Order: sequence, then structure tokens, then C-alpha cells
Amino acid sequence: MSSFRTDRRALLLGAGALSLAMPQRVAVAQAQGERKFIFIILRGALDGLAAVAPCGDPRYRALRPRLALPSPGDPDGALALSEGFGLHPKLQFLKASWDARELAIVHAASSPYRERSHFEGQDVLESGGAGAYTQQDGWLNRALAASAARGEGVAIGEVVPLVLRGAAPATSWAPSAAPAPASDTLERLADLYSSDALLGPALARAVATDAVVGDAAMAGAGRGRYAGVQVLMQATARLLTAPNGPCAAVMSIDGWDTHANQGAADGGLALRLQVLDSGLAALKTAMGEHWRNTVVVMATEFGRTVAENGTGGTDHGTGGVCFVLGGPVRGGRFMGDWPGLSQQALYQGRDLAPANDVRAVFAGVLGDHWGIDPSLLRTRVFPGLGAPLSGVVA
Amino acid sequence: MDAAIALNRFGLGARPGEVRRIGGAEEWLARQAEDASAFELTDSELPSSVEAGVALFALREERRASRNGAAQGDPVQQVVMRLAELARPDVEARIQSGLNTDHGFAERLVYFWSNHFTVSAAKGQTAPLVGPFEREAIRAQMQGSFFDLLSATTTHQGMLLYLDQANSVGPNSWIGSRRDTGLNENLAREVLELHTVGVHGGYSQTDVTEFARALTGWTIVGPAVHQRLPASRLGETIFLEQMHEPGQRRIMGRSYSEGGREQALAVLHDLARRPETARRIALKLVRHFIADEPPPSAVARLEHVFLETEGDLPSLHRALAALPEAATPEARKFKSPQDFILSACRMTGVASAPLRGMAGSFQMLAQPIFRAPSPAGWDDVSENWAGPDAIMKRLEWSQALAARVGRRDAPEALAADVLGPGLSDATRAAVARAESAEQGLTLALMSPEFQRR
Repeated sequence: MSSFRTDRRALLLGAGALSLAMPQRVAVAQAQGERKFIFIILRGALDGLAAVAPCGDPRYRALRPRLALPSPGDPDGALALSEGFGLHPKLQFLKASWDARELAIVHAASSPYRERSHFEGQDVLESGGAGAYTQQDGWLNRALAASAARGEGVAIGEVVPLVLRGAAPATSWAPSAAPAPASDTLERLADLYSSDALLGPALARAVATDAVVGDAAMAGAGRGRYAGVQVLMQATARLLTAPNGPCAAVMSIDGWDTHANQGAADGGLALRLQVLDSGLAALKTAMGEHWRNTVVVMATEFGRTVAENGTGGTDHGTGGVCFVLGGPVRGGRFMGDWPGLSQQALYQGRDLAPANDVRAVFAGVLGDHWGIDPSLLRTRVFPGLGAPLSGVVA
Repeated sequence: MDAAIALNRFGLGARPGEVRRIGGAEEWLARQAEDASAFELTDSELPSSVEAGVALFALREERRASRNGAAQGDPVQQVVMRLAELARPDVEARIQSGLNTDHGFAERLVYFWSNHFTVSAAKGQTAPLVGPFEREAIRAQMQGSFFDLLSATTTHQGMLLYLDQANSVGPNSWIGSRRDTGLNENLAREVLELHTVGVHGGYSQTDVTEFARALTGWTIVGPAVHQRLPASRLGETIFLEQMHEPGQRRIMGRSYSEGGREQALAVLHDLARRPETARRIALKLVRHFIADEPPPSAVARLEHVFLETEGDLPSLHRALAALPEAATPEARKFKSPQDFILSACRMTGVASAPLRGMAGSFQMLAQPIFRAPSPAGWDDVSENWAGPDAIMKRLEWSQALAARVGRRDAPEALAADVLGPGLSDATRAAVARAESAEQGLTLALMSPEFQRR
């Protein structure tokens, strides 16, 4: 199989397919496209209080007798941040990033969505609208369209997700369990598509994207439920750092819907967090010198209940957590407000209150990182948004 | 119209020999539009919506019990898997029908309307009801009017659950005044925005809220309600007066007097006949069957038929097939993954045998059966489906199918048989020059003309 991939690269170089693969505007955007943006959607509603625990709040332990992390300094304890918060002990890379001031955290963050359906929550998270199904396209696509000539976005996955869908062009790549096409077949098909304005460029772009990702695709994609995350991260880095590569990538990581047996320092959620953390570490390594121009935002559709439920897990909640990571991030600090865990502060008596709008975080990052005009951000990219949360990114 | 064009553009693609078998294309299309049996799924083993609803409630009860007791494994994950298990016979029947039907036009019309009135298994608890929804509220309504279709879909258990209508309570109703529950506007908004007049159809937020009030009372009989009814109606759709917001409603400039269950139906009746609805349905039909950029003349023709016949579906479907814009040799629509997979299997003759892992093919090409990502349904333009990764995945899938088919038929003859005059010289030459039958078939499946219809 790997020889097929090699052949595909050879085909690319030999047949001159690359000239078809990237539209000309990308070349114009090359200089500006240095500032990379990665959006990671944690689908299923990550428990923000497990990832970033309010260890200093006395109600934290009372409400989560089985789920609370040991205090910082204790065996398997939370990794101390500031203001009484601690990172989950499996988030070693994120802790190192915090210490290096490359990680900012917005806690009690939420989209404007106030119900508890994953399905609608993800729609709002990705569309950037004020409610479910109020926007047909995604905020990252609108941001790319608004920041003219910046470059294109790439979806790491089978389908381009809503956040990247819309008028601006986007490419896509996903690892495949099926054998790669024989290079000879690819060549013949490219020939057959030579006068097809839709299929010709799409095939050429796919071949080019595959060639950039190259052997990363072979290093274990599809083996085991989570083994693929590091592979996806490495593939993302290869795409973003390629000459004329895209300037934005979107990736989904699922498995956060921990209704039962969530665990604390160890257990199901801890494993998922570890996989995520090691994936992010792999991403930084693979981005190399580009890391200093790269911002990664990780968000989830909503948080989970403050109190643990009867099955050792948590149910759908409201306020969650949002991470902003990368070289240009003014990190090592919390941004936004913290509503606390007192009974009267909880949303509907059960959820962490949604104190901070994730759209303001996204808008602030896009404004600072890509220099998109704030009025465009409030009207076209996030219609109806108040003030962006500026200053997270230098 | 050429028979190969009819089979490909309006059907699910030709099987070997089918182009010659169907005879006149016009009659083949018109006959299906008026034949109720052409739209039916013949598998009588499939569950009704009531049976699916009863199974769903039993699962919910089990989940509640497991939450209170000691949990083994992950009960939520188990419930999701069992919901999918309940839905599986319908998924398989749907695929088998697509592979084997002689009534490709009727089948495509079902897919179109099913997508227009999307109920998706992407919302887990809806999964067992999506199949019954399509059979009862779409297939069974194809000889009626658009209003019949609209009222059947709006009040079907699948839709009531998918768009949260089942739990919407009038604040001043008997139940609403005693419990801390309220209105859910989801279904009201989507009926206006997606099913009838469209987002620019001239309604306001007030109209949405008023319509949501009118719709209160339409629900599915769950265990709590069921205990108070004289006879077993568990899983049925019911209009429950005690949930209904009393009073007169005003929606899009018209008044609707208090009439219990009739109130929302009266609103649907008016919506079904609005010119905005006629125009939108005409536009969507032409975009789906003919071109991403619908020719205005074709849209105007269908709009006229819709208004003239008060939304008579057989008339509309006949008029669609008879559009002069539909008879051109040039294929302008890029096939959706479902259309592509089904037509490829039909062409290569793997249709008649049950295909292991068939549902996985639809997943691989990112259009899993009954799992549209949102109430807006699957996108209907090429930009959505012809992305770079999608083309590569189609190629990988085609290569795997060709390997499976092997050397059974000469691919050149097969392509000529199913594509008829649509087969280009370039493709014919490429297939003929291929280094193996497998490669030839792969190229035929991936050819520009087979990728379109």
C-alpha cells in the first residue's frame, strides 16, 4: 500500500497536476497565509470541570464525590494553574504550554445555545449563529471570505463540516481504510478529466493533498478508536506547512459524551484526554517553526452538569471550557468571567453558568490573528455578536 | 426522451439490458407518477411507527432503570447502539429497494420528498422512526396533494420527536398551567422555513411563535399519557387537548379561530397553497432533477402546475418528467453519493445479491442512509459532493467494486449498454484501452458521464 502512496507523489510531480491543484489566489495569499488557524471541535460535550477543575472551590468535591481530582501535589493530583484551578493530570502537554504562556483558557464558555441537544448545539457552535439553524454556512468559511485572499481551509475528515462550509473554497482530506488507487489508474483518470472543470481540479487537488500528507496517512490511521488522533494531527501539520498550503484546518474529535463511568484521574475520560493531549503535542512538533504563527482553538457544544449523576458520569449541561493554544497566544492565564459553583450561580440550578460566549472568543482570535475588521466580525462572521474578546492572541 | 437518459436522470441508473426493456421513456415515467404501488416498499416485516415507538419507549424505560441501579458498561452507548439496531431492517430494505427497483423514478421522488421533509437518525432517539416515517408519511402520500403530504409529515411521530413537537406545551393549557413546561418552536419554524414558504417567505418571529402555539397538543402517546387512555394507543400520534394553547391565532396575516386539532391543520392547509410554497417546491424539484442552477422556464412551468392543480403530486411529477429542459442529452447534475453507489451497483449487477457491508459504502462516501446532518436535509448541489476528498473516496470505492466484480463482463459493452448515447468517445476509448477489465470498469464508473445524470 505504501508504494501506491509513493506512486501518487511521483505522479503528482511528474504530471504537473499541482498547477491545477491550487487556485491562483492562494499564491497571492501566500505571504499572509503564514498565520495558521486550527479549529478542533470536541464533539459530544466535553466536561469542562474535569478538564480544568476548580479544585479551590469547596463545592467541587461535595458535588463530585467520585469524579473530583486529587488536589495539586497529591498523587495523581490536578496540575496547578492559577486562581485555584488545576488541569487534569493527563493534560501534561497543555500544562507545559500554560507554563510557557502558550495556553489561555476561557472557562464557563458556551455558544448562545441554551438547550441540551448535541445536534443543535453543534449546529450553533459551527454556524456561529444566534440559535440553531439560523445560518446555513459556517463562521470559519465566512471569516475566510471576509479576510480576502488569505487562502483556503482544509477539513480533516470525510465531509467538510458546517463550520467550514459556505462560499469560500475548501479542500478536504481523510485517512482511508480502502486501498489507494493504483497510480496508473489515477493517471488515466486525470487524463479523462482533463477537460472537466469540476472533476479535473478536484482530483488534482485530492492527489496534491494526499501527496502532502504522504506517509502520515499510513502510520496507523484507522487502527484502534483513538490511535488516529496523532496521525490526523501530523497530517494537519503537513498540509498547513506545505508551500501554498491552506491557512486554516478543522478537525473533529469525538467521544466526550460521558454519561457514565467517567472516572477521575484515571478512567474513560482520562484516556480520551491523554489521547487529545498527546495529539496536540504531536501537532506542535510537526508544525515546527510554524508553531510560532499558529493558533489552535478547541471548543465543545456545551458543558456537563456540575454534580455527578447516578451512573458515575455527568449529563448534558451548559457552560463548558474553551482552549486557545499556540505560539502567538498570550497564555498562562484565564480570560473571561468565572461564575463559581454556588447554588445560586448555577444555570437552572444544575449547570455551570454560561458566563462567556465562545463566539466572542473565536471573533477575538480571528480579529487579532488575521486582522479581520471588528465590524465585519460582528456583522458577517458572527451576526449579532457583541464585543469580541480581544487580546488572547498577540 | 432517450430511455438511457430517463433511467439515469430520473431513475437510479440502468441495469444491463434495462434501456431496451423499458420501452418508451415518456410512458415509463408517466406511469410511475400515477402508480401508488410503484412507491411502496414490499417488505411486510418492517415495523410500523407505532411498533417502533413502543420499542423506543421500552428502551427509554430500561435506560432509566439502569441509571438508578448499578451500571454495567456505558448505558448511553448501549442505548444508541440498540436504537441503531432497531433502525437497521429499514436501512437494509431501503438499500435493497434502490438496488432492485423497476421504478427508479418513483424511488427518486421518495428520496427527494424524504429529504425535503427530513427526519434523521442523526438524532439518536429518532432512529427507529425514520424508516416508518418514510414509508407512512412519504411513500403512502405520493398520490395525494402537497397538503396531504405536509399534514402527514408534520403530524407523524417521527417528525414530532425529531423536531421536539412532542414536548411542546401551551403555557395556558391545562398541563401548562400546572407544570413548569412550555412552548417549543422547533417544528413551527422548520415547517415555515424548510417545508413550505422558505426563509424569505414573508413570516416573522411572531408568526413562528403563533404557529407553535397552534401546533401544541400534537404529540406522541408516551407511557405517562398512555395510562390515562381507555385503550392502548402507546406510540400513536395524538392530539391532546390538555396540551393545546387555547385561543385564536394570527399567522401571516390570517386568523385561525380556536378549533383544537383543526387549528394547526388549517394553518398547514393555507401554507400548502401559498405561491411562495409553490415557487420553492418547483425550484427544489428542478434543482434536484435537472441542474444546480435551475432554468427559470422550468421552474415557472412547475410553479404553474402546482398552483393550477392545488399541489396535486402526480400532476407535478408528470410535469417534471415532461419538462423540455429535462430531455437534453447533456447531464448537468453531479450524482449524490447515494445515487452514485446505487447506480454503480445496478450497472455492475451486484444489485440482486445482498451486499455485505453495503451500508458501510454509504458511510464511506459520507451519505449514510437516513442520517442527514440537519433538518435541512442533504445538500443538493455539486459543490457539496464533488470535494477533493470525496472524489478520491469515490475512486477508492469504485476500484474496490471493480475488484469485486472482476472480469465478469466486458466493461466497454457494459458502459455502452447503460449510458447509451451519453457515453463519450473519450471514455469509450479510455475504457477500451485499460490494462485490465478491473481498471476499465473503474474508469467507466468514475467517468465524467457516469458521475453525472
